[in-house]
Amino acid sequence: MLGRPATTTQITHLQRLWLYVLVGLVLAFLIIPCLIVIPMSFSGSQYLEFPPRSWSLQWYQAYLGSPEWRAATFVSFRVALLTTLLATVLGTIAAYGIARVRGLLPAAARGVFMLPMLVPLILVAIGCFFVYARLGLNGTILGLVLAHTVLALPFVVIAVSSGLASYDMNQERVAQSLGASRPWAFLTVTLPQIKLSVMSGALFAFVTSFDEVVVALFISSGENATLTRLMFANIRDQIDPTVAAISSLLIGLSVLLLVGSQLLRRGGERR
Amino acid sequence: MTMAIDLKGGAAPATLNERLLKRHDRRERTALSLLTAPGALLILVVLILPIGWLFWLSFFDASGEPTLANYARMLRPVYVKTFISTFQVAGLVTAACVLLGYPVAYLLSQLSERTAGILMIFVILPFWTSVLVRTYAWLVILQRTGLINTWLTGAGIIEEPMPLVHNLLGTVIGMVHVMLPFLILPLYASMRAIDPVLMRAAANCGATPAQAFRQVFLPLSLPGLAAGIGLVFVLCLGFFVTPALLGGGRVAMWAMQIADNIAVYGNWGAASALGVVLLAVTALILVVLRRIFKVDTFGGAR
Amino acid sequence: MRSKVAIQKISKAYGAFIALDDVSLDINPGEFLTLLGPSGSGKTTLLNVLAGFVRPDSGSVTVDGTEFLTLPPHRRNLGMVFQNYALFPHMSVRSNVGYPLRLRGVPKAELDRRAGEALDLVQMGHLADRGVHELSGGQRQRVALARAIVFEPSMLLMDEPLSALDKKLREHMQLELKRLHQRLGTTTVYVTHDQREALTLSDRIALINGGKVVQLGTPDEIYDRPRNKFVADFIGETRFLPVEPGASGPLLYGRALKTRDGAAGRNEKSWLVVRPERLRWRGGDDDGSNRIDAEATDVIYQGDSYLITVRLPDGAEIDLRRSPDMAGGRLPDRGEGIRLWLAPEHTILVTDHA
Repeated sequence: MLGRPATTTQITHLQRLWLYVLVGLVLAFLIIPCLIVIPMSFSGSQYLEFPPRSWSLQWYQAYLGSPEWRAATFVSFRVALLTTLLATVLGTIAAYGIARVRGLLPAAARGVFMLPMLVPLILVAIGCFFVYARLGLNGTILGLVLAHTVLALPFVVIAVSSGLASYDMNQERVAQSLGASRPWAFLTVTLPQIKLSVMSGALFAFVTSFDEVVVALFISSGENATLTRLMFANIRDQIDPTVAAISSLLIGLSVLLLVGSQLLRRGGERR
Repeated sequence: MTMAIDLKGGAAPATLNERLLKRHDRRERTALSLLTAPGALLILVVLILPIGWLFWLSFFDASGEPTLANYARMLRPVYVKTFISTFQVAGLVTAACVLLGYPVAYLLSQLSERTAGILMIFVILPFWTSVLVRTYAWLVILQRTGLINTWLTGAGIIEEPMPLVHNLLGTVIGMVHVMLPFLILPLYASMRAIDPVLMRAAANCGATPAQAFRQVFLPLSLPGLAAGIGLVFVLCLGFFVTPALLGGGRVAMWAMQIADNIAVYGNWGAASALGVVLLAVTALILVVLRRIFKVDTFGGAR
Repeated sequence: MRSKVAIQKISKAYGAFIALDDVSLDINPGEFLTLLGPSGSGKTTLLNVLAGFVRPDSGSVTVDGTEFLTLPPHRRNLGMVFQNYALFPHMSVRSNVGYPLRLRGVPKAELDRRAGEALDLVQMGHLADRGVHELSGGQRQRVALARAIVFEPSMLLMDEPLSALDKKLREHMQLELKRLHQRLGTTTVYVTHDQREALTLSDRIALINGGKVVQLGTPDEIYDRPRNKFVADFIGETRFLPVEPGASGPLLYGRALKTRDGAAGRNEKSWLVVRPERLRWRGGDDDGSNRIDAEATDVIYQGDSYLITVRLPDGAEIDLRRSPDMAGGRLPDRGEGIRLWLAPEHTILVTDHA
C-alpha cells in the first residue's frame, strides 16, 4: 500500500508520508477547537474538564434560565433575520442592476458594494458609533440591522452576481418577447433560476450578522445587546462554563448552515 | 399610434428618430442604474460618510482647533510599539499560515474532488464557526487550568503550568486558527486550476518530482498564494476579537488601540487618525498586491 | 397574422464598430425573409432591433404603420426563437408554451387547449408534461417554436434556430419550418449564416455584410444574379476566374466570353463566377468561346458518384461530380487535360463592388 505510487510521476505514498502526517496535524489543529467544547459543555462538575468525569445539563439550564442570555439570543436572531431580509433584497437588485448595465457606472457601483469587506471592522464600528450617536441609533435594533446589512451586502452581491454570470440572459429576453414586462420577467423567469445563489447570499448575510462582534460591541447595549456582545464580555471577564453550552449550540448552528451552504452549492453545480 | 419620425432631423437622413432613441436609451440606463441606489445609499450613510467624518475629525484637537497633533502623536514610543507589535503579530500569523496552509492546500488539490471535498469540511467548518466560539475554545485549551496544562502536570511532565495564553503565543495560536481557512481556500482554488498534465510533462522532460514541483507547480501557485497572504495579513492588521481576548493586555494591537482611545479616553481625534492610517495601509497593501499579481484579493473569500 | 414591416435608415454603432449602417428594408405581409450573412455582419443586431433588445442610434421600424422602436419588447407581440432555445428550465413543456398565454390573462381552460394545439402542431403534444431537461435538442427546438407561435404573434423572429442541431435533423427541421410557415402564413424574419438553409426556406433573402444590405431578392435571383463578388462568393460553392475587358466583349484568358446579358464586364476588370454544377463536359460553339481548359488532378470513386478534382488555369481547384453510369462519357485520367464549357445563360460576371 505505502509503496504504491501516489501520483502519475511515481512518487510513492511512503515518500509522501511526512506530508500526510503534517496535513493530518493541521486539519486536527483546525477541527479540535470546534469540537472539544461540545463534550465539555455537558460536564457535571463546577469546572470545565476533558473528558468530563460526570455528565449533566447544568450549563444548558443556566443558559436557558438566564433572562439576560435569552434576551441577547433573541436580539441576535431578530437582527440577523432582519439583516438577511434587507441585505438579500438590496443586494439582489443591485447585482441585477450591475449585471444589466454596461459602462463605467456599474463598475464603480461594484467597487462601492465591495467596500464594506475591505474596510477594517474596527473602523466601521467607531464610524457607526460616531454617526449613530448623532442619529440616536446607538443601542437600537434598527442601528444594528443597518450596520450589519452594510457588512453583509458584499457577500450577497458576490453570490448573486456569480449566479447571474452563469445565467443565460436570453431567458429573460425571451420572456419579454413573449409579453412579460421586465420586472415580471425577472420575477417569473430569472429569480427562480438564480434562487440558489440568492439563498446562499442570504445564508452568508445571516452568518455575517449573527457572528458579528466588533460593531455590536460599540453600537449595541442594554436590552438590545447581542449574544456576541454578551459572550465577549463574559469570556473577557471570567471563564463561565455557560459559554461552553452556548458555544456548543452555536457550533450546531454552524454545522446546519454549513450543510445548507453545501447543499446549495451542490444544487448549483448540478444544474 | 403616432409615427415617431423626427421631422427636424429629416434633412439629415442618418438622424431619423435619433434624439427620441437617445432619450429612451438614457431612461432605461437610469432605471437600471437606480437599482443599485438603495444599497449604495446605505453604504454611503453607514460606511463612507462616517469614515469621511472621522478623517475630518482627525485634524482637530479636543477643543475643536485644527491640528496635526493626532498624527504627530503616532510617533510617540507607545504608538510606535503598537505598530511594531501589530506588524509583528500579523507577520508571524501570516508566516505560520503559509507554512501550515500550503501543504494542506497542495495535498487536497492532488486528491480526487470527492476526497478533497470531505477533507475540506475540516477547513470550512471552522470557517463557519463564530470567531468568539473558537477563541473561547482556545482559552479553554490553553489557560493555566486548561486542558494542556492539566494533562501535562497530571502526567508529571511539567511541574508548573506553562503560560500558553494571555500572551503573544496564545494570540498567535488563536489568530492562526482564525486565518488559516482564508489562506487555504483561495490557494486550493488556484492549485486546482493547475493542469495536472503539466507535472507529467515536466517529468517527461526529465525533471525529478522535487524539480517539477519547484519549477512548475510552485510558480503557478504563487498568484493564489499571494492572494491568500494579502488577505490574511490585511485581516490581521485590523483584527480585534482574538487579540483582545487571548492577548491578556500584553499584546498591543492597532485595532485595540483605536478601541481604547474611544472607550477609555474618549479621544475621537486620536482614534480617527489611527483609523485613517490603518485604512490607508490596508488599501496600499491591497493595491500593491493587485498590481503585482493581478489578483482580486477579496474575490472569492467570505 | 400577416404584418407589414418597414425598416427605415436604421444605424447602430458600438463605439467605433458600425453594426448597422443606414439599413432600410421592407418586409411583405406573410413573407418568409431571411437575413443571411457572415458572423459579425449585423444580421443578429438587426433582428434584435426588431425584437427590441437592441436600441439603434437612429432610424425607424414600423409594423402595420405603428412605430415600433419606442415600444418595450413585451409590448411588441413578436414570437422569438433563440439560438439556444432559451426554454425555461424551471417549467414543464406545457408551462413553457402556456407562459405567453398566462401573461395575456387567457383563462386556464383555453390556455391548456391552445398550448396543446401549439404542441400538436410541432408534434410535441405527447411530451407536454415532461421537464425541459428531459428533451433532446430537436425536441427543445420544437417546444421553443410552439411557445413562439402559441399567442399568434404579429411576426415570428428566429435567430439561427437550427444551428445547434446535427446536419440530418437540421435538414428535416428546415422542411418542417417551411411547411409550418406555409400553413400559418405568419410574417417571419429568420437569421442564419447557412446559405443553403436560406435558399431552402426563404421567400426572399437579404444578404447582409458590414452592416449593410448587400442584395435583397428571391433565392434564385440571389443565386443566379449575384450583384457583386461577395454575394457570388457567399452563395454556393464558387470559384472566380479573372476576366479582362476586350474590344468586342469580356475575355477569359484571351478567349471570348458570351454572357447572359451581354453588357457585363465590357468596361472594367471583372470575375467569372464558376460553380461546379454549371460546368459542362462538352458542348459550346466552334469559336472556342466560354471554354475553360483544366486538368483533372484526382478522380475518386464515392459510391453514388465520382468526385473529380479539377485544377483551373489560375491554379484554383474545384470539385466536380459525375454519376457512375458514364452518361457523361469517358472518365478523365489523373493529370489529363480536359475542356469544360459554360453555357452563356450560366455565364455570370461580377465585379468587386456592386
